[in-house]
Amino acid sequence: MLHTPLPFCTRGVSPRLDVVGALAVARGVGLCCNLKPGTQTGCPHVRIDASGLHYRKLNKMVRDAVAAGERHFELVNVNGQRYIGDGLDEEVTIQIHGTPGNDLGAFMNGPHITVHGNAQDGVANTMNRGEIIVHGHAGDVIGYGMRGGRVFVRGDVGYRVGIHMKAYKTQVPVIIAGGCAGDFFGEYMAGGTLILLGLNRDGRPLVGDYCATGIHGGEIILRGQIDEFNIATNHARIALLDDDQRQALRSHLHPFCQAFELDADQVLDDRFYRLTPISHRPFGGNYAT
Amino acid sequence: MMHRRRQKCSGETIMKSIALLHDRSNGLGGGFAAYGIYPELPDHYALHIMAYSDVAQRRTQEYVQQHLLVEKAEPIPTRAHPGVVDPPLLWRYFVLPRPADLPEGADEADVMIRHVMTINETIEGAFVFSSGRNMGAFKAVGYAEDVGRFYRLDEYEGWTWIAHGRFPTNTPGWWGGAHPFTLLDWAVIHNGEISSYGINKRYLEGFGYKCTLLTDTEVMAYLLDLLVRKHGLPMEIAADALAAPFWKVIDRAPEHQQELLRALRLVYGPALVNGPFAIIFGHSRGMVGFNDRIKLRPMVAAEHGDVLYIASEESAIREICPSPDRVWTPKAGEPVVGWLEGEGQPQAAAAGTQVAASTA
Amino acid sequence: MATNKVPRDFKVVVDHEICRRCQRCVRGCGFDALVFEGRVKEHPTNQCVACGYCMAVCPEAAIAVTENPMAYRHHGAWTPALRRSTLKQALTGGVLLTGMGNELDYEMVFDHLLLDACQVTNPSIDPLREPMELRTYLGRKPDQVEVEQDEKGQPRLKTDIPPQVKLETPITFAPMSYGSISLNAQKSLALAAKECGIMWATGEGGLHQDLYEYADRACVQVASGRFGVHSEYLKRAAAIEIKIGQGAKPGIGGHLPGEKVPLQVSEARMVPIGTDCLSPAPHHDIYSIEDLRQLIYALKEAVDYSKPVGVKIAAVHNVAAIASGIVRAGADILYLDGFRGGTGAAPTIIRDHVGIPIELAIAAVDDRLREEGIRNHCSLIAAGSIRSSADLAKIIALGADAVAIGTAALIAMGCHVCQRCYTGNCSWGITTQRPELTRRLDPMVRAEMVANLVRAWTEELKEILGALGVNAVESLRGSRERLRAVGLTKETMDVLGVKQAGV
Repeated sequence: MLHTPLPFCTRGVSPRLDVVGALAVARGVGLCCNLKPGTQTGCPHVRIDASGLHYRKLNKMVRDAVAAGERHFELVNVNGQRYIGDGLDEEVTIQIHGTPGNDLGAFMNGPHITVHGNAQDGVANTMNRGEIIVHGHAGDVIGYGMRGGRVFVRGDVGYRVGIHMKAYKTQVPVIIAGGCAGDFFGEYMAGGTLILLGLNRDGRPLVGDYCATGIHGGEIILRGQIDEFNIATNHARIALLDDDQRQALRSHLHPFCQAFELDADQVLDDRFYRLTPISHRPFGGNYAT
Repeated sequence: MMHRRRQKCSGETIMKSIALLHDRSNGLGGGFAAYGIYPELPDHYALHIMAYSDVAQRRTQEYVQQHLLVEKAEPIPTRAHPGVVDPPLLWRYFVLPRPADLPEGADEADVMIRHVMTINETIEGAFVFSSGRNMGAFKAVGYAEDVGRFYRLDEYEGWTWIAHGRFPTNTPGWWGGAHPFTLLDWAVIHNGEISSYGINKRYLEGFGYKCTLLTDTEVMAYLLDLLVRKHGLPMEIAADALAAPFWKVIDRAPEHQQELLRALRLVYGPALVNGPFAIIFGHSRGMVGFNDRIKLRPMVAAEHGDVLYIASEESAIREICPSPDRVWTPKAGEPVVGWLEGEGQPQAAAAGTQVAASTA
Repeated sequence: MATNKVPRDFKVVVDHEICRRCQRCVRGCGFDALVFEGRVKEHPTNQCVACGYCMAVCPEAAIAVTENPMAYRHHGAWTPALRRSTLKQALTGGVLLTGMGNELDYEMVFDHLLLDACQVTNPSIDPLREPMELRTYLGRKPDQVEVEQDEKGQPRLKTDIPPQVKLETPITFAPMSYGSISLNAQKSLALAAKECGIMWATGEGGLHQDLYEYADRACVQVASGRFGVHSEYLKRAAAIEIKIGQGAKPGIGGHLPGEKVPLQVSEARMVPIGTDCLSPAPHHDIYSIEDLRQLIYALKEAVDYSKPVGVKIAAVHNVAAIASGIVRAGADILYLDGFRGGTGAAPTIIRDHVGIPIELAIAAVDDRLREEGIRNHCSLIAAGSIRSSADLAKIIALGADAVAIGTAALIAMGCHVCQRCYTGNCSWGITTQRPELTRRLDPMVRAEMVANLVRAWTEELKEILGALGVNAVESLRGSRERLRAVGLTKETMDVLGVKQAGV
């Protein structure tokens, strides 16, 4: 399972870098930047061909490189490798070409990850800081317990997105999805911002059932027509966005539209609903004291 | 994976895909089912039997020869593999029921099922783990890709392949406990756990099914047989019984739909399968996948040309099909139904019930 | 010189220092146990039954009822209670009467059963935030569903589904007749049933006109006395039940002492004022199982097959076979009342020594009906001291579709289980017809309390189901696998179909 060694940036490489079995990374002089247009060119980066690489090897290579001072990564032929970016603290950038496996960016604390393809389940699980951009769909349980940072998904997201997201002062996590979502969107939300745009909805419902069930903090913003039946109105209050709120929304949408080359004005040209908690203590009356 | 126009491929492809999902199992069970693999004897029931002792093997052979017409009997070909140890004796028999055992109006399928259950229940140490026509299940204790190598699946050609890696917790890993579970040409693989097992099992026992294989997935195979083959329900309606929509949703459906969905819940309450699951089952006319009511397990579907793929992870599909035409995630409880060319009419039950047609 | 007096059970103690002398206790006591002579004192006839009313209304907590600490030499066989009741019979020559359910210390099977919960291998479900379905339909169900296509190729239901009663939660109120309880008490139950989307039951006293508006949630009873049974009664109801027996007094009929039959009850039951309503032990048109079938279908015909017709029996030794017969006779609902079931009046000796526990009865009946392939022809209601949502969950796991609560609902209305219902002197206004007592019971207030109880149990049941990893009650129903036994004999576990904890 050997592949043609690819040129590799030597700047800052330390002997500590673990090159495993010469499988995918080769030292070479000079730069090879196959980055997408728009990203910083000329910046030195590590390119890893992930074909046939077990996730442990792949992630160890990345971690070792980060420890050695590398800050930019391009992973190609990724398919199913889990835990990419997990637990990383440094502000590195990782471009992923392919389909990363589950738990992308879990417990992450700083990196910027871009996925050129679809993502699977568990993206940004308990993420604290950083950014994940997905040029495709993403799966279930995105941002579970997320504490900060942001996740942008171009297409649809699955079930149980944004469960128990939490915020504190300036630490406010944000998830924006350009498509539609499944059931339990924003379940038990304690803080943060969830935005769902339905740009590709084509007559489909924007969001599934039990949206905002148990919400006691944070906000959910939904674009376009919604059905109250799908919203847990016993826990969430629904209101149309006013002008001030639209301004705030614009500032959220700006980087999202930039990342996916969308026209912010077009996106904003629709009505938006905002779901907020009715109570910070929705289950207070449940217990006999 | 299933090729609608019955174009065959070897087991290599499915093994490559399941190998990617290695970390989802713990090596205590792996298995496959393939359709179209016995073209020389397509109308015979291919009984795959594992026997844990010579005595069991002998008794099984005697039973089969005594009660059935045996066209061919041979050991199942295997190759040694370090990941698959202590195999039981593995034999296959291509059989038909004896005409004498088929009185007027008898259901051949019922007769064959009775034989399978009799062997499983009464012959100690022997288990029939596959009993369909022109199809076969292959399973063992080991990682799925190793099990595939062990059974030499690279040498078989089939148009539908399903594969599973197990992570058993409640029951010990044993060869019979790996997935798929089969009943004639139904082969079921299951990711998850059935928390309604206690009542599902009791309900099925009332219809004569014997749950002998110590694993909850077994009830899935029998429930499908009961609802689809015996009661004649179309596949989508059976899914509406097994993974019923919530009352909240039923209450606002149009009148006639409400009536039907409510009736299904009233009658098939004990068949409701609760707990997390993603199920894929293959049969002689197609392949179906569906999730539990609140989608606690992952399932992704894809299409490329004439091939339908269903898997626990998108990457497993892309491993063997890098650029599918379409990739989607089915909703909770909504089945992905694939039909082989020419099929699409579910089997009518013996009572001649009218059923709805469904298309791929 | 009065030496032959049955010693009193209770003693009233008043703290005269803090007593305000407001006399609420004296006026409130339905049993005339208190008098005021400068200060609050016990009446010389010592009538206190520990109904708890005086303690509830005293603004200073100055009054307390205690057990009479009479010294009896300990005896393992001749308990103080037996010594008292023997003397009472000597003095009266009468059958001892009592109310409520069996008070003796028989083993409570429920207290030896434990529920499962999910850990790791199977996730539990969060009932606070995710859906948890308790909706239950009572009635006969077909064995399979047949589907046909309509003109547009859409699937449609072909099978006829017999009539059902829809419950939002698997709890109903046990039948307690107007007569045995006051109209206000019955109204409280009817209101609570409406509020909670469940079913209440009229018992054998007929349906008072004031409660007609709640008839659509009522199960009306046809008992051996046939009180209040007429076609409007039958047609307005949600369901009909033929009462063969009840857990408190298997084999004998209803019992309403003359003290509790004033004008209104007399009108409702169509009997003379002040007469004892002693229903016959059998229905005189049911001497064998085929007669039961005849009555069931007579009722079904009378209401044009528009509602379920059920049968209520006490749980006795051969209950499984009896149940099978009843289901085959056409019953759509089978109400099983265990030996701890309550009543307004019963001979103590019958109440305390006849019948079997509901846990065993439900398990045996559920098994037998399944063996015979007729389990879904009939819904099972379990009753007889369902004391908490844990009992509710356990009895569902053993096979019940729903429960009927009597004692629990009464306690929610204020009852202290003093067991003197048959006297008609209930201070709480529940088991009495005396207007000065019944007017104390405000149906709006008491209905809310009963509804609260149902709501609380419903929430608790959801927590239990969530822990079990199921989100619909039908996945627990009959699933013995979710129960384990501690401290039961093997024979009992075999009847229950429950394994030993640890296995």
